[in-house]
Amino acid sequence: MIDLAGRIIGLAIILFARFITAVRGIWDGSDPVPTQRIYFANHASNGDFVLVWTVLPPQIRGKTRPVAGSDYWLKTKLKSFVIRHVFNAVLIDRNPATRTEDPVELMVGALDRGASLILFPEGTRNTTDAALLPFKPGLFHLANARPDVALVPVWIENLNRVMPKGEIVPVPLICTVTFGAELHLKPGEDKAAFLARAQDALRAAAPETAGLAEAAE
Amino acid sequence: MTSWDEKLLILFGAVAGILILATGVGMVLARGGAGPGVQNFNARVAAWWGMVLCLSAAFLGGKTGVMILFAACSFAALREFMTLTRTRRADHWALAASFFVIFPVHYLLVWIGWYGFYSIFIPVYAFLILPIVAAVRGDTGDFLGRVAETQWALMICVFCVSHVPALLYLEVPGYEGGNALLIAFLIFVVQFSDVMQYVWGKLAGRRRIAPSLSPSKTVEGALGGILTATLAGACLWWMTPFTFWQAGLLSLIICLMGFLGGLVMSAIKRDRGVKDWGHLIPGHGGFIDRLDSVIFSAPIFFHLVRYGWSMT
Repeated sequence: MIDLAGRIIGLAIILFARFITAVRGIWDGSDPVPTQRIYFANHASNGDFVLVWTVLPPQIRGKTRPVAGSDYWLKTKLKSFVIRHVFNAVLIDRNPATRTEDPVELMVGALDRGASLILFPEGTRNTTDAALLPFKPGLFHLANARPDVALVPVWIENLNRVMPKGEIVPVPLICTVTFGAELHLKPGEDKAAFLARAQDALRAAAPETAGLAEAAE
Repeated sequence: MTSWDEKLLILFGAVAGILILATGVGMVLARGGAGPGVQNFNARVAAWWGMVLCLSAAFLGGKTGVMILFAACSFAALREFMTLTRTRRADHWALAASFFVIFPVHYLLVWIGWYGFYSIFIPVYAFLILPIVAAVRGDTGDFLGRVAETQWALMICVFCVSHVPALLYLEVPGYEGGNALLIAFLIFVVQFSDVMQYVWGKLAGRRRIAPSLSPSKTVEGALGGILTATLAGACLWWMTPFTFWQAGLLSLIICLMGFLGGLVMSAIKRDRGVKDWGHLIPGHGGFIDRLDSVIFSAPIFFHLVRYGWSMT
């Protein structure tokens, strides 16, 4: 019953996302194949993983779990239902002082059970003018723990204009989600070098017209 | 079945005939190895089938069906246009008001046939109120550009597009119940002109007509397309309130407006560095790519018919 409700709500969320953003997935460097992957994306809006989730083909979507902050998503019953039963998220506590489980271990656990992951290595929503915030080390630790799993950079374009931080009404604007080429942790590569390479790969996945609105500012 | 329905069926039959021919040509071309040009041609033809089906369904739905179809086109076009504007955070409420207040209220006014109000609602009321909404947010950077782009988007995508369904409300003596044919006439002539410009351009195109605006438009394509569609429009006089010569003259005007509208919309795309307005119509691009010529011709056609033939 809860499963069915989750599916129906999931479908409604996908339809709504398409109505507002006419979102299109662009596979530019990797293919939509159901191998195990870690999708890492830029984070500018709370709807980010919904868009990635929407454009993934259903057979991939079913095996892909977003990584979300429990401090935000467990605040209300509705959010908590949606994040658990619609998106089947891996919930992590971003606050080191209060958490009881290590986020990297939780993510590794989900990988070991066969899931792919969607995560936002910037750690928090980017409301600055910079294209990306510096990545948190979690992506490196995850890649280090499971080096065989491919990492795919995912650039989400325009969603920050659809719903800027602090606004409650989304404005219909066209968004794209671009999947770049897979990357792996190289043997012996240190944390700083790997994170820099991952950030470059994500910036490279951005379409050429990206930043049109920002350029004017 | 009324005589109007029969006339509409004849036109749709002719369009289906053209599409069957185009589908056949596409199949033959694809047998010799499908290059990108042939693939694009076949995608275009397939999308035409879809568009003709949507328009047929809308006509079957009567006034409501036509209104819903063009409101949906307006929404999709507005979404494409606003995506390419340089609006920013301070415009959020102006944008939300455009989509969720001005667009539905305008279509409601067209729906109830209040010509006196819908003709000035966006040009006057939206024009004055949206800059106020943007100004109270306090961001003055590129202010004039931002409010102008928002207003332009509404004029192009909502105001102009809505003049197609508005044709249903004209009252031409002796033409009662036939207004859907005015829509069919307008859309057929304008789109046939676009298609024939493409065909003439491919077959005989030599000299580029506006290289800085649109690399694919040629003098031969433009002349051939506009004249062919004008002749076709004149030959459709029997489904309109016009005589042969009147139908030809009106066709020439809407084809010219459609062609020039295409140039204007190309100029905007060039400025913003994009090839197409969107991606929702395979082979064609976005809604605005397909509607640009209708957008520029519909209000002119509406007013010419209204002042020349209608009682309202």
